Amino acid sequence: MNTICDLATLAAAIPDGAKLAIPNDPYGVAMAATRELVRRRVRDLQIVCVPTSGIQADVLIGADCVASIETSAVSVGEYGTAPRFAAAAREGSVKILDATCPAIHARLQAGMKGLPFIPLRGLLGTDILAQRPDWKVIDNPFVPGDPVVVLPAIRPDVALFHAPRADRLGNVFIGRARDLVNIAQASHASLVTVEEVVDDNLLEDPERSAGVIPALYVARIAVAPCGAWPLGLPGRYGPDGAALGRYAQAARTREGFGAWLAAWLAGTSSAAVA
Amino acid sequence: MSATKTEILIATIARLLEGCRSVVIGNQSPIPGSAALVARELSDGALRVTILGSRRHTDFTNGGVETFDRAAQGRVDAFFLGGGQIDGEANINLVGSGEYPRVDVRWPGSFGSAYLYFLVPRVILFREEHTPRVFVKKVDFVSAPGTSPPGVYRPGGPWKLVTGLGLFAFDRSRKRFALESVHPGHTVDEIVANTGFEFDRSTSTPTTPEPEPRVLALIRGRIRDEIAETYPKFAAGLAE
Repeated sequence: MNTICDLATLAAAIPDGAKLAIPNDPYGVAMAATRELVRRRVRDLQIVCVPTSGIQADVLIGADCVASIETSAVSVGEYGTAPRFAAAAREGSVKILDATCPAIHARLQAGMKGLPFIPLRGLLGTDILAQRPDWKVIDNPFVPGDPVVVLPAIRPDVALFHAPRADRLGNVFIGRARDLVNIAQASHASLVTVEEVVDDNLLEDPERSAGVIPALYVARIAVAPCGAWPLGLPGRYGPDGAALGRYAQAARTREGFGAWLAAWLAGTSSAAVA
Repeated sequence: MSATKTEILIATIARLLEGCRSVVIGNQSPIPGSAALVARELSDGALRVTILGSRRHTDFTNGGVETFDRAAQGRVDAFFLGGGQIDGEANINLVGSGEYPRVDVRWPGSFGSAYLYFLVPRVILFREEHTPRVFVKKVDFVSAPGTSPPGVYRPGGPWKLVTGLGLFAFDRSRKRFALESVHPGHTVDEIVANTGFEFDRSTSTPTTPEPEPRVLALIRGRIRDEIAETYPKFAAGLAE
């Protein structure tokens, strides 16, 4: 199967109601693909932020694409709490499953391994645990008298992320952004946007192949130059602080967000949208 | 030029890191980040500094998860946490004020606090804004508790609290803060009036010492340049 497709085809592979895993801001957020998702009016997504999110989750919430979000935080970097996420919390319009970073990582790791659950230190006595009936406390079976939290595995339906490059066989280079490996292995299918597609086989170079997600986890790849904008991609480009600041300011009101969204959806490339 | 408020905070936190081998700085933490770099210089490089969000100071290759694994193995000696609310028993709230889940004001979220607060031996609470809305009698949501009952695995926890007004120590067995020093230009009365919980204090609380000339020179030179990689706006605001 040819995994290379265009952005709209990639976005169409995420059905309404999908459990969608997305990475945190510095490590390859697929913003161009997110725009296609909003364009096709996706609904009722169950977002799993690994382990936090920023403008991506905020835009999806503001555009009414989200039913629930599991996350350890949603913030627009130095601009603080993500505004549409905060509004949704106040209004109760989106189900928020508050977590802590290592708990989301651990649940994905259980998913990767095909395990039903995984233990994690910490969490005892927190309101995070108190609000999560799906998380349990057991007694350490090896050293009784040691309470340990156990968390159910997550197997997201789809992982969506952005990476520097892919080859035509569907292998994706991610470098040291290793959380993407966990996301890809835990999810049933990965949809990946890349800066470019190369003609050689990324797995053939032993000095670099450890930084590659093999094609077996990857369902579709679309080329999206500057596809993380206004967020950055390590080694390629940094975040666009001015654009993020404009978003954080505009999205403080529903009307301001609506105007920002209309301009963003009208754009065709990253440069076309201020 | 005498030390600025920011420089006093950086120097104060740097002193708290003395003797540590490894410190991790979370996101959006320019003052703790600068302090860690000062402490590294004063330790002749014995202190390993990891700054999340910095390419130069990212000394891990297994993703964000590696930092948490390191902490659980005891490979992180110090970490910083803040909070929209912090109470007198060192419970911290990073989720929101009001009744959860439909809080009045929503903050980003708990990040790694519900885990690292249990595992890192010296957690330094840092919140520059010292007001009654931050330092409350009881937090509205416990992102991470200050103490745990006997039997809970907890090698770590709150150790010190640094605010824009003073430095406190936390006594885990008594579940109580004690004021250790007041920053120059401020008073004990001012701290009492701006703190929503009771804390211990002596009749002669010392003033937080000004940074030594060597430390001040570091902050205004090498550290200013180094922290600019991660926090350019913050570095530009530091004195030269």
